[in-house]
Amino acid sequence: MIEEMKLDGNAIGGLLREIFTMEMTAAQTTCAGCGAVNAVGRVDVYLHAPGTVVRCPECESVLMRIVHGSGRYWVDLSGTRLLEFAEA
Amino acid sequence: MGFISRGFRGKRRDAVSSSRVPPGQYVVTDFPVLSAGPTPRVNADQWTFSIEGQIDEPKRWTWKELLALPSETLTKDIHCVTKWSKLDTTWKGVSVDTLMEGVDTAAEFTTVFSDGGYTTNLTLDDITGNKAWVAYEFDGQPLHPEHGGPVRFLVPHLYFWKSAKWVRGIRLQNEEHPGFWETNGYHIRGDPWLEQRYWGD
Repeated sequence: MIEEMKLDGNAIGGLLREIFTMEMTAAQTTCAGCGAVNAVGRVDVYLHAPGTVVRCPECESVLMRIVHGSGRYWVDLSGTRLLEFAEA
Repeated sequence: MGFISRGFRGKRRDAVSSSRVPPGQYVVTDFPVLSAGPTPRVNADQWTFSIEGQIDEPKRWTWKELLALPSETLTKDIHCVTKWSKLDTTWKGVSVDTLMEGVDTAAEFTTVFSDGGYTTNLTLDDITGNKAWVAYEFDGQPLHPEHGGPVRFLVPHLYFWKSAKWVRGIRLQNEEHPGFWETNGYHIRGDPWLEQRYWGD
């Protein structure tokens, strides 16, 4: 049964913590819109907005939207098809 | 808020302004520029404003046609969810009521859309009844591109992210479709007096 393999999100809690506490500016993003690959450090960022908006430097599509408020984060990575980075 | 003791007359000016400043907001005198993307280059000859979606005959105005519609000059307080409020801002534009004249629709919801892909959702009730405008002048001058010129939406009774910059039209809808910020943590309606900033507020 495939169902027996399925775990809940607690199983990746440690993994996500590891990823998002790493230095990410050297990570490579692949734009879901145009496929351009850029280091996080090279993408376009708009901070003066209700949230942080990260855009592809090639096609201006939104790569990430990050809202922080009321003790929570909302992170939309639907515009980033792939995030590639080296082990710490 | 709203309680003023008898001995408090020396602070009358603050008391007046506090009745106009929603909870958690502070007053600015400049006009901060907020932007979620690059400022679009708008060609007035190709610019149009549309009402589309749940409407038998979509409506569309060119830049010249919009300017020829009856306009209003209004003074409103505006409130940004990033906590600044600006009092007595003066705008010139066309009421959404004017644009909606003759429109027969069963839609209760709208998406206001802009150049650059920005969207925000508003109920039809929140943009009709003398509550919303498409504005093309600020403080007696053509609206600067950094503030959403040539035309921005203006819904001063809601947080200012609802007042979409570089607006191009209104889509009438039977269901509510959360917009750019409303899909990402920000409140579906955004009433500053109820401090509806985020999901769950």
